[in-house]
Amino acid sequence: MSSEALIILIYILVLASFLGFELIAKVPPTLHTPLMSGSNAISGITIVGALLACNEMGYSTLSKWLGMIALVLATINVVGGYTVTDRMLKMFKKK
Amino acid sequence: MSIAILLAYLIASILFVLGIKMMNKTKSARQGNRLSALGMLIAIVATLLQIEVISLVEIFGCIVLGSAIGLYYANKVEMTKMPEMVALFNGFGGLASFAVALSDFFLRTEVNMESIELVTVISIIVSVFIGGVTFTGSIVAFLKLNGNISGSPITFKGQHPLNLILFISFLAAATFTVIDQSDPILIIALIVISLILGILTVIPIGGADMPVVISLLNSYSGMAACATGFILNNNVLIVAGSLVGASGIILTQIMCKAMNRSLINVLLGGFGQSVSAAAADGPSITVKEIGVEETAMLFDSVSSVIVVPGYGMAVAQAQHVIRELMEQCEKRNIDFKFAIHPVAGRMPGHMNVLLAEANISYDKLIEMESINDDFQNTDLVLIVGANDVVNPAARNNPQSPIYGMPILNADKARTVIVSKRSMGKGYAGVENELFGYPNCLMLFGDAKQTITKVVSEMKEM
Repeated sequence: MSSEALIILIYILVLASFLGFELIAKVPPTLHTPLMSGSNAISGITIVGALLACNEMGYSTLSKWLGMIALVLATINVVGGYTVTDRMLKMFKKK
Repeated sequence: MSIAILLAYLIASILFVLGIKMMNKTKSARQGNRLSALGMLIAIVATLLQIEVISLVEIFGCIVLGSAIGLYYANKVEMTKMPEMVALFNGFGGLASFAVALSDFFLRTEVNMESIELVTVISIIVSVFIGGVTFTGSIVAFLKLNGNISGSPITFKGQHPLNLILFISFLAAATFTVIDQSDPILIIALIVISLILGILTVIPIGGADMPVVISLLNSYSGMAACATGFILNNNVLIVAGSLVGASGIILTQIMCKAMNRSLINVLLGGFGQSVSAAAADGPSITVKEIGVEETAMLFDSVSSVIVVPGYGMAVAQAQHVIRELMEQCEKRNIDFKFAIHPVAGRMPGHMNVLLAEANISYDKLIEMESINDDFQNTDLVLIVGANDVVNPAARNNPQSPIYGMPILNADKARTVIVSKRSMGKGYAGVENELFGYPNCLMLFGDAKQTITKVVSEMKEM
């Protein structure tokens, strides 16, 4: 990786973090549990890395197996996280 | 990577940001969560387009397996068990990043026999460290919340020096890994140390500090994903990871502030142990009991009620019967509200979810700052399974370990009824002086059973 490419990644990291701080500070405390389970699902974005890690021929290598373990776990995170968040948010009603 | 795939990742990142933005209102939150899920789907499809067709079978298998487990768990889990589920899922996220980082490391060193450039090696080490700590730390948090291991702090002599030694060894092994990537012993050392450190950092932390720990581990799982983004040179991982990292940090800060403790103080653990001996010497409190019928009559005679729920309400599963109590009160035109302390329960917002599940309108759930001035004009406060968050010692007693913690001013109400199993102490191990106040009455017994009786008494009136 060239140092220019690295700097761009760091830019993204810093700006996205600031954006995250601004957005999340505005989430009302009532929604903090769904926020956590929802962000949990977002951290399942590692699924992208897991898919790429599985993209390898044959089952002989350790790296393929690690990729498959990561894929199962990240999928649980993504599917389970979004589903349970939806289930919770459905319950928040105003009468 | 083709430009179409890069654009798809950009769209996914935008949808994550919009999804979190829409969480700022209860009305739009559900839509926001769906947008975020759509972003994830786009990212996954874009990635699948880069995959060799021959690998698709096992990938499909893994996705089906993971989806089945995720769907089953998400639909089955009880709302009182949300802290456990979030803790476990944080751990899965951490382990996934950990496995991706190692997979990439072995692919490059053992399959491709290449030497990895500096930035990537460092990213791999960071990802293994954060991922490993998140994984075992979350599992310990899960076991504590689930009652498999004791929720009280587990401390031993030399705990902190041991952690320091392990961390320094990790740094040493990391330095050698950067120099010599071919030696598998070094990477195994990194794996083992990070897994042990995760266990050691969470075991000294007690049950009621779990809101802080879960928030922090949530943040770590995001940071681990972020580090994986640096390994793969992938922007969407960095954006999503930093959003989650930021979210966890903010929640951690809110929780610490609500307990008037620093993050370091929480992480060092063992809270409440050193003080319990001293607190035991204090004057014992004489309390006044109240029965079910008198409670029902009291509810019948007042015009305003505030309920203060705590973790005990979740344990007793009393949220549904409290809704029935609310209905009885509203029939009598009694003003009925809930006061929610930020650290009530075992995770941020835990009480709100339980009460929402019991079909209680969310505009009745009032935050501490907004409701604290209302207590003095309230006829009756019912405290269900909360203790430290209503202890006036936090205001008046500089010797108390919880002194300075912001509390709900429940003691200022005309009458206070405390529904409690027995005279046990709160998490901080201190007597609650509120229980001895002249306006405080104790309603002993299981919250669900006693309040059910109160409700049936009220129905007959």
